Amino acid sequence: MSHRDAIDAIARPDRRGFLQGMVGAGAFLLGVRAGVIAAPEPQPGAADADADFSPNVWLAIDRDDTVKIIAHRSEMGTGIRTVLPLVVADELGCDRARVQVVQAIGDEKYGSQDTDGSRSIRRFYEPMRIAGATAALMLRRAAAAKWGVPVGETRVTDHRVEHPKSKRKASFGALAADAAKQPIPKADELEFRKPAERRFVGHDAPLEDIRGIVTGAAQFGGDVRRPGMRFAMVARPPVLGQRPKTVNDAAARKVKGVLDVIRVPPFEGVHAFQPLGGVAVIAEDTWSALQGRRMLEVTWSDSPHAALDDAALSDRLAKIVEAPGRVLRTRGDVDGALKGAAKTIEATYRTARLAHASMEPPVATAEWKGEACTVWAPTQNPQAARDEVARLCGIPKAAVTVNVTLLGGGFGRKSKPDFVAEAAWLARKVGAPVQVVWTREDDIRHDYYHAPAAVHLKAGLDAKQAPVAWLQRSAFPTITSTFAPGANQPSPMELGLGFTDVPWVVPHLRAEGGEVENHARIGWYRAVCNVWHAFAVHGFADELAHAAGADPVAFLRDLIGPKRLVDPTKEGCEYPNYGEPLAKYPIDTGRLRRALDAAADGIGWGRATPKGTGLGIAVHRSFLTYVAAACEVEVSREGAVRIPRFVIAADCGLAVNPDRVRAQMEGSVVFGVSLALHSAVTFTGGQAGQSNFHDYRVARLTDAPNAIDVRLVGDGENLPTGVGEPGVPPVAPAIANAIFAATGKRVRELPLTGADLSWS
Amino acid sequence: MPQLDVNGKAIPIDDLDPSMPLLWFLRDHAGTTGVKFGCGLAQCGCCTVHLGGRAVRSCVTPISAAMGQKVVTIEGLSKDGDHPLQKAWVAAGVPQCGYCQAGQIMSAAALLAENKAPNDGQIDAAMSGNLCRCGTYPRIRAAIKAAAKEMG
Ligand code: FES
Ligand code: FES
Repeated sequence: MSHRDAIDAIARPDRRGFLQGMVGAGAFLLGVRAGVIAAPEPQPGAADADADFSPNVWLAIDRDDTVKIIAHRSEMGTGIRTVLPLVVADELGCDRARVQVVQAIGDEKYGSQDTDGSRSIRRFYEPMRIAGATAALMLRRAAAAKWGVPVGETRVTDHRVEHPKSKRKASFGALAADAAKQPIPKADELEFRKPAERRFVGHDAPLEDIRGIVTGAAQFGGDVRRPGMRFAMVARPPVLGQRPKTVNDAAARKVKGVLDVIRVPPFEGVHAFQPLGGVAVIAEDTWSALQGRRMLEVTWSDSPHAALDDAALSDRLAKIVEAPGRVLRTRGDVDGALKGAAKTIEATYRTARLAHASMEPPVATAEWKGEACTVWAPTQNPQAARDEVARLCGIPKAAVTVNVTLLGGGFGRKSKPDFVAEAAWLARKVGAPVQVVWTREDDIRHDYYHAPAAVHLKAGLDAKQAPVAWLQRSAFPTITSTFAPGANQPSPMELGLGFTDVPWVVPHLRAEGGEVENHARIGWYRAVCNVWHAFAVHGFADELAHAAGADPVAFLRDLIGPKRLVDPTKEGCEYPNYGEPLAKYPIDTGRLRRALDAAADGIGWGRATPKGTGLGIAVHRSFLTYVAAACEVEVSREGAVRIPRFVIAADCGLAVNPDRVRAQMEGSVVFGVSLALHSAVTFTGGQAGQSNFHDYRVARLTDAPNAIDVRLVGDGENLPTGVGEPGVPPVAPAIANAIFAATGKRVRELPLTGADLSWS
Repeated sequence: MPQLDVNGKAIPIDDLDPSMPLLWFLRDHAGTTGVKFGCGLAQCGCCTVHLGGRAVRSCVTPISAAMGQKVVTIEGLSKDGDHPLQKAWVAAGVPQCGYCQAGQIMSAAALLAENKAPNDGQIDAAMSGNLCRCGTYPRIRAAIKAAAKEMG
């Protein structure tokens, strides 16, 4: 790797700010500035601090030998709070028992803290290594000067510097003060551990918080307790954009424990990250707040969004994609090739609106001291939370401190800080610390939903049954509408999620996009548009294989074609590639093919199965990672689906913590099973029709495959890529394809709850 | 004065609403925030505690129904976090976000207290009320079996 690329500047930090409280006298402080400045990640409307050069990695060494390492990304289950600090610790040669992980507050000096897009490792693996290697060299130089020996003869290991020739040793703590006086090493002076010397990177390491989690001591969002804290529940408008018309709070105020009822102002202009407004009940405990809210009588104003009906929207989306759209990428002459084809097939795929439903619903706590506000929240994006609190409350950013607790899941929901700003606004109004608790009903009715979508595909086979033309069209409400009122065109970023980057070698290919307006809050959801794009593209690839009378895996190998790098930008496409240059992270069909073959091998592709049992497979690149999913599905004569086994073959380059990569892939399978088999939010009259886990169903232990076999097939020499999301997209199409193999019935709509899969 | 026995400690109830779910009493009044809220409708199992040795969903158990019985939460499951299930959870790396895991462990502990060697069907029956949105189910199943083996 090129360190020059990855390093912008290394500077000794000043000792102001919260770091001061973190380090003891004589401590050694080091700041490394992140220089991973890729093309700015297109995120509609949302400022992305990845584009600036702020320092993002900090470590401190105390005299008592404790190495404190900042975790600046949010922990929502991926293990990032463990994994990134261990990258620093590995280069530095730390003993893990003497490493303390310190969670960062929201501050742009760390660079982007927006923990989404499966990019924490991708963006910060190199800066973290540099931070560790820099500190290691400064400690070695301090020791070498003290001992009068060449620096090259020293080494860091076991939390100390050694000079093997003279058998001298000094602990990090003893060297810290001298090391801090050393000049900052230049990028090309740094030495990095070779793979064989690494003790954490590339090895399984348990979670930093594992003990707290299994004993109940770990602190999640709702576990924050402040002296004199009140609890709040908010009655939010059932339809986006409604305002309370009349409020009768007499009965609510009579509920024991209820302290106050407060109107929360509605959002102004486009909703973005603003709280929804409504009526808040403030109480001594959560139960009283909940009881009080039940007793509120509120009538609501009209809203331009009250006509939203998801059944009608789904039909409209299907109509849109069945007609020509805006051309996004084109190769050859698709229309001519389709006309000349020996055989053509076409199909429309649909997917439902989804709620994130992280196990921990949104919750946040805020406290004011004068004109300064401190919040504690399970947020994926503490800087955005700070900005929204400052904006809503009309105070400078510097007056807002955002502490990040553990997140009980996020999946994209907790990138939006509406719930954090709500708590801050209420705490000021109440004049005491306030914790706003969202119920599951609040969560499912007031999510930033994963949008519903439709994708139409048409393909042609020549006389030899080889694919000659591939046409695809996608339509869905765009996330841009969350920030720009009336936006109705999907952005290149959204379309680049598994759609405009389709890797098929077919000679004539065209991708088109449709337009549709939006009437509900929507937002990023684990794997985002890849979910519907992968479902449609890989389901249809299987249809085409069957139309050609070919084995699906053999057919996929032909569709993928020879080993090469695919460049959609050469075919008229604006393709952001997850914010990274294609030269650094290409679309490599060789890696796609390797994942496909590994999954096919793992599931025992080609073996005979009885009627009602089938194998299915899909392979998809997303977040720069290649994942093939293969499964075995059993469908009863009555049409009940059981999935005994899944194989995932994943190539994420270097697996920094292989156990957590496997865990993310296992979790992705279960997440994919949920959205394939069960989950849907359906709006009628502008309101969500679901409210809790009885009607918004997610996979249970009994739905999950008993065996999920994860094979890491990446080359450790390749740069590490995304892990949190890319496991999800191929899961649903693999299931649908297996159902076809088992029953002959093609699933083109998710979830498949409405499909009759019975057979005889 | 009315009180509840939570992890062997007497916690006063004072004049709280007797219909208050045990969940909110434990979280807001007893300091045992290891007990988690996920649905409030007995749908997710995050709030699972032991009442008189049985696993119950504390979100639908009023405090009046808990009177006179021992309440055990994740904080009281073992003295040093060394219940065989807690050890098995660590060894298998079960948790992802961790939010559901207290409830998972409490459900599993009640199962193993009754059945030292549960088969897959019995694990299904005992654990299907506990959701994990992160999808740690395969490891949960494996960890229960490992703990059962250790408890022999
Ligand atoms: S919170 Fe009690 S079962 Fe979900
Ligand atoms: S570990 Fe996250 S919900 Fe179970």
